Amino acid sequence: MQPINLTSALAAGKDFVEKVRKASGVDVKACYQCGKCSAGCPVAFAMDYTPRQVMRLLQLGLTEEALKSHSIWLCAQCETCSARCPRQLEPAKVMEALRIEAKKAGFETEDEIATFNEKFLRSVASNGRVFEAGLVIGFNLATVRPFKDAGVAPSMLVNGKLKLLPHKIKGRDAVRRMFEKAEKMEGEHK
Amino acid sequence: MKYAYYPGCSLHSTGIEYDMSSQLVAGKLGVELKEIPDWNCCGASAGHTTNHLLGLALPARNLAIAEKEGLDVMAPCASCYNRMKTSEVAVKSSEETKAKVAEVTEMEYEGKVGVKSALEVFVKEAGLDAIKSLAVKNLGGMKIAAYYGCLLVRPVGIGFDDPENPMTMDDMVTALGGEAVDWPFKTECCGASLPTAREMVGLKLVYDILTMAQSAGAEAIVTACPLCFMNLDMRQNDLNKKVDNANFQLPVFYFTELMAIAFGEKPAKTGVRKHFVDTSSVLAKYNLK
Repeated sequence: MQPINLTSALAAGKDFVEKVRKASGVDVKACYQCGKCSAGCPVAFAMDYTPRQVMRLLQLGLTEEALKSHSIWLCAQCETCSARCPRQLEPAKVMEALRIEAKKAGFETEDEIATFNEKFLRSVASNGRVFEAGLVIGFNLATVRPFKDAGVAPSMLVNGKLKLLPHKIKGRDAVRRMFEKAEKMEGEHK
Repeated sequence: MKYAYYPGCSLHSTGIEYDMSSQLVAGKLGVELKEIPDWNCCGASAGHTTNHLLGLALPARNLAIAEKEGLDVMAPCASCYNRMKTSEVAVKSSEETKAKVAEVTEMEYEGKVGVKSALEVFVKEAGLDAIKSLAVKNLGGMKIAAYYGCLLVRPVGIGFDDPENPMTMDDMVTALGGEAVDWPFKTECCGASLPTAREMVGLKLVYDILTMAQSAGAEAIVTACPLCFMNLDMRQNDLNKKVDNANFQLPVFYFTELMAIAFGEKPAKTGVRKHFVDTSSVLAKYNLK
């Protein structure tokens, strides 16, 4: 590992810490690193940095390391960390803010999860609701494993658990406009 | 009692049993459900982790429609419930957020109506006495692990039950004559979409929950979320194929299915025949067929 000059990193990361505070309402500086979040995190075993370490990266001004971490994508948003934080800091909201920023910066370190979310939202934007069969097929094709979970399809069809065509709501144009507006407004408020 | 009903995307597809059994239970308990006209998806986790404002606005459109009709919303899905609750609280607590959400949705949502989970409406509000008086069948001591999942009891501070040791579903099981086993994974996360998007990470979470329920002596799991249900029910077969020595055959129920069966509905009508893991053996064992 390369040595890091923390003095300059701290100064450089100040603005980003403030940006995270504005976006999430969480002041990461108040974290006292007890590790309660990581102890309860069900996905910590698969993360490159535990939730506590993600908070520490931000405190130290190591913004890019945080934005490039796999952790922010693996986070399942179960809010266990937020429920247990003795400082009421809600690390799950920090994870949310970091993922949004990472996407803007073009750091998508977990392709499959990013692709799944994209396909999910595209389905909502065009139909107003999620079309599950289309989502799974589109996701499997994009991630080049066309037959994942295909074995369950026949019984799901028989049981009415899988629709072959999407249900398009009447207000789908309104929903599509919501996507466009939210994107524009969140861009402006950066 | 009358509620605006928000089934959410899952209850019209993979979680169809939850819709069927919720309607049956509502009928028995005298809860009138009026589906929100032309409702849209709440955005789930994908929405708010991609665009914070979008994550608030998508549920707010549904809340705005319900508000026009003057009805609180009942959302059976834990994720829909959590997203709607988050949106409701955000709009109620900040004029700035309210204005932004209104601009995106092009609708007024004042925060006059809110959202409740199906568990809250069918058990907490209806009350255990009403449930007992409607029951014509007894669960006969069936050992059941009540699994709430993560989002049903969060965000913390605004939920209807304890975020670490919720009891609403345990109380329902006990009221119907079942034995709610004591176990520590009531609110562990099932991985949500991870078993689909990042299979081996997600499957570990499902494996741990099933293993813990089994070692607590559970003969079945009862849940209140369509994604938890799908992961716990459908993924047992994946685990049995992919994990050495795994041999799960643990029936999973929606709490509404067990309620409807206890209220005398034919099991097939509640949706239990649509599960991946066989439910007939455990139901037969306790004369609930």
